[in-house]
Amino acid sequence: MKLTEENVRYVAGLANLTLSEQEIHQYTADLSGILSHMEKLNELDTSQVEPMTQVLFAGQENESLREDVEHTPLANEVALSNAPLAGAGYFKVPKVIER
Amino acid sequence: MNIAKLTIPAVRDGLLGKQFSAVELTTEALRFAQAENPKTNAYLTFSDQRALAAAARVDAQIAAGQPLGPLAGVPIAVKDVIVTKDVKTTCASKILSNYLPPYDSTAVERLEAAGGILLGKANCDEFAMGSSNENSAFGPVRNPVALDRVPGGSSGGSAAAVAQGTAVVSLGSDTGGSIRQPASFCGCVGVTPTYGRVSRYGLVAFASSLDHIGPFSRTVADSATLLGAIAGRDPRDATSAAQPVPDYTALLGDSVQGLKLGLPKEYFSNLAPETGDRILAGVEVLKKLGCEISEVSLPHTEYAIATYYILCTAELSANLSRFDGVRYGVRSPNSHTLADMYKNTRGEGFGAEVKRRIMLGSYVLSHGYYDAFYRKAQKVRRLLTEDFTRAFAHVDALITPVSPFPAFKIGEKVNDPIQMYLSDIYTITGSLAGVPCMSVPCGTTAEGLPVGMQILTKHFAEDVMFRLAHQYEKAGGFTA
Repeated sequence: MKLTEENVRYVAGLANLTLSEQEIHQYTADLSGILSHMEKLNELDTSQVEPMTQVLFAGQENESLREDVEHTPLANEVALSNAPLAGAGYFKVPKVIER
Repeated sequence: MNIAKLTIPAVRDGLLGKQFSAVELTTEALRFAQAENPKTNAYLTFSDQRALAAAARVDAQIAAGQPLGPLAGVPIAVKDVIVTKDVKTTCASKILSNYLPPYDSTAVERLEAAGGILLGKANCDEFAMGSSNENSAFGPVRNPVALDRVPGGSSGGSAAAVAQGTAVVSLGSDTGGSIRQPASFCGCVGVTPTYGRVSRYGLVAFASSLDHIGPFSRTVADSATLLGAIAGRDPRDATSAAQPVPDYTALLGDSVQGLKLGLPKEYFSNLAPETGDRILAGVEVLKKLGCEISEVSLPHTEYAIATYYILCTAELSANLSRFDGVRYGVRSPNSHTLADMYKNTRGEGFGAEVKRRIMLGSYVLSHGYYDAFYRKAQKVRRLLTEDFTRAFAHVDALITPVSPFPAFKIGEKVNDPIQMYLSDIYTITGSLAGVPCMSVPCGTTAEGLPVGMQILTKHFAEDVMFRLAHQYEKAGGFTA
């Protein structure tokens, strides 16, 4: 499977990644090679196979649900304590809306 | 006392026999680990204060004549992808280089509740992505057995600390072999329990349907003790299993006579010659213990690498979207719009392998490719899992190599991602099926490099796995 640098730029956009020209070049080659290996799966007829999303869950249907009781969440200042920029009890980011 | 050779029972005997207090042991363990660390770079952070406070609690229990937890006073390293309250947790990534978690993972909470001492955080591949520990933003880990070689990955620091003697036991995480492969490269015991056996709460998510937390140790019994202390249902991880946790250590002494072991033929065709010889020597030890050996087949093995790298990259590309410079971690300073801030933060903060995998995962999930790659891989995962179900209808355990070759030189494979991925072949299948599996030492090559033998059993049959491994260890299998 041969990817173009245009394909890679498009995927980098989807993934929210700024990549250098050198990285674009490198990943075009890497991804092409890896995806070619992955095409090996086409040797298998899987038309009658159900996809598997989870390894196993042997419990009752509702077992993964906890009791519906209140828990104390992280305090606001604790939740903000690792933020690169915070203020007035909020995470701060570059301005999104222009006036 | 030789601090580098301690085991959990030796720590317990020392404490109860008043040979040392928990604070004395912890002080010495911290001193030794910090003095030895420059050789291997196994630790990224030491948690002196927290360790000494936990040790003081153990000493208070002893003074009060209270019963001790199963890990009382035991110095433990924890992989840096497992969060620890107020102890820096970086995932070996620049993007989280300043992260101080506001909560503890369930595994660490349970480990300390059992009296364990968190010595520090172990180096690893960035976000647990790699097979050599060369992808750490804070420098590679060197293999204590041969310092010019990799310790394996991604839990390279956790394996190296135990092999080097700077921790008695450690916790790692395993998504496609990240506990078993470094255990085999460093010559220690490494256990990947059944998927869901240990809560993933507080394990920074890589591939949620494949991530496991598990122990490293120098003896099988120590891994059994550590797993017993951290396993079990946790309401904070909906995928954690409700099955009761047996007393793994109580069952170690039982005979393995008559157990049926299968050797999957697909796992023995492409090995370094010495690796194959060591595994077969290990099988001979098991045969002498009365196990019945037969050949079995896991016919879809050749499709495992492609399946795994589609599923894990798809899952990680979604999981790592949370690192965007808003809530935690490092934010790129050079952006004036929100979109640029996201892109630059991630472009600058993630290392080369993590970005390669995010790209791959985003591609296989993207419009037009989802069915061809992601959906297809989910179907083949079922076929691979059914291979195990069929094999386990006839045998109690499978015996295989862990890695096709022993530890390689630092830098040797770093420029060839496909070769690096292909080296995960024997560990990935067990991860996809979610069955318990472990690596036990199985002698060394002529050069002195450790070889690991893998034991796999049915879901939740860790007791059988530990029993086999322990009897094998007692019969001299570690130096087979």
